[in-house]
Amino acid sequence: MYRWDFTPIWAHGDLLLAGLGNTLVLTAVALAGGLPVGLALALARLSGNRLMAAPAGLVIEVFRTTPPLVQLFWFYFGLPIILNVEMTPYLAAALTFTIQSGAFFAEIFRAGIVSVDKGQSESARAIGMSKAQAMRRIILPQAVKRMFPAMMERSIELMKTTTLVATVSYADLLYQANELAQKTFRPLEVFTAAALLYFVTITLVSALGALVERRMAQSGEMTR
Amino acid sequence: MDTPLLRLAGLDKRFGDRAVFSGVDLDVKRGDRIAIIGASGSGKSTLLRCINFLERPDAGRVILNGEPVGAERQRSGGTETRYDEGSLNRLRQRVGMVFQQFNLFPHMTALGNVMEGLVTVKRMARAPAGERAMAELARVGLADKAEAYPAHLSGGQKQRVAIARALAMEPEILLFDEPTSALDPALVGEVLDTIQALAAEGRTMILVTHEIGFAYHMATRVLFLAEGGIYEQGTPDEVLKAPRRPLTQAFIAGHRRFSF
Repeated sequence: MYRWDFTPIWAHGDLLLAGLGNTLVLTAVALAGGLPVGLALALARLSGNRLMAAPAGLVIEVFRTTPPLVQLFWFYFGLPIILNVEMTPYLAAALTFTIQSGAFFAEIFRAGIVSVDKGQSESARAIGMSKAQAMRRIILPQAVKRMFPAMMERSIELMKTTTLVATVSYADLLYQANELAQKTFRPLEVFTAAALLYFVTITLVSALGALVERRMAQSGEMTR
Repeated sequence: MDTPLLRLAGLDKRFGDRAVFSGVDLDVKRGDRIAIIGASGSGKSTLLRCINFLERPDAGRVILNGEPVGAERQRSGGTETRYDEGSLNRLRQRVGMVFQQFNLFPHMTALGNVMEGLVTVKRMARAPAGERAMAELARVGLADKAEAYPAHLSGGQKQRVAIARALAMEPEILLFDEPTSALDPALVGEVLDTIQALAAEGRTMILVTHEIGFAYHMATRVLFLAEGGIYEQGTPDEVLKAPRRPLTQAFIAGHRRFSF
């Protein structure tokens, strides 16, 4: 019978928390960068201008159809060779997950935008709004409400996928847990604790998201 | 002779291979109220939507107050008209439109809907825009619904808010695209009353409608669309009571149940 012993983990709890902090920083950076990248890609793809739509479509498809680990290795080991620069694990991770989540967000934005009734943009244009004004004032506010659940889902997926950065020595939660497991010879306890930290964090984020979603549903009506 | 407020000159519209109409000419003077009638698919709504360029005409010009919309340029094989977004946006501020499906902005209150064009397009400050919008809502009898979201309004109320939204921009012409076709019969009256009140103010309007009785009472001129163009036109008495051409006669006979 295995005897559980969490005392060494408690003793090094600060290591795991620092890792969780790094995971949260990377997720936040990828979100903050990925949302505008995704919106820009979606608008380019919907622009009707082939010179903009085609490259945007290519970026979206490449990042959706290649494994995130391959993307990470490409940015970490490959890109420095082309650009002749020093690549840090943080920079490679931030680049990979910004563009990668941007590609997924782009498709969510696009689906949200095209789901808004055509009559909405027509009535916006009919009072003299430009295309950009109609998008910003009329289409996007309605689209974002509809997209929110998919955005939350994708953000949680993003946070879990960031564990891949442990492979390029970015000190995220998984990386720190791995270090700790080797130091304490207690992998069962360490990885249980790491799983618990992910579970608690993501559950909290989900609950927060559900709250925001309810608030949005109350502040206005979606039916015509 | 006065310059017509709106002139359509040789307007063509095709969808793919199918010509919807071709060579449509129309002069609209200030204060004219024109009803466009015709069978489904005769191009009534498309013609109306060509006036504010929600549909691009394939040929011909739209001339507002003597100023042609868009710029002509020579190309191999003839002239082509180019429309830049800015000039279309300016045209649309002067030509209001009311849609069959209302198309209110669901994420804004009734007041927000009416203010939107003033704030975003005309760059008015929120306070005076709100006052203007309230006055327009009062005009359509909905001042007490200013804070209501569209989902909480009846179809007739939604359409009246949509009319207020168009009026707030102070358009020179109002276009109505089957404004009562999506309404429960019990709610048609309040919208027609609102339009009638605008007619009494002497506003210039073009109305696509299936309400033949209403067209008779409201319009100064009736156009009957068929065979890819204006098939017959005249006063309501001429077109609706004593049509001269066979398709108009058949169409009016089919609507005999309407009393004038």
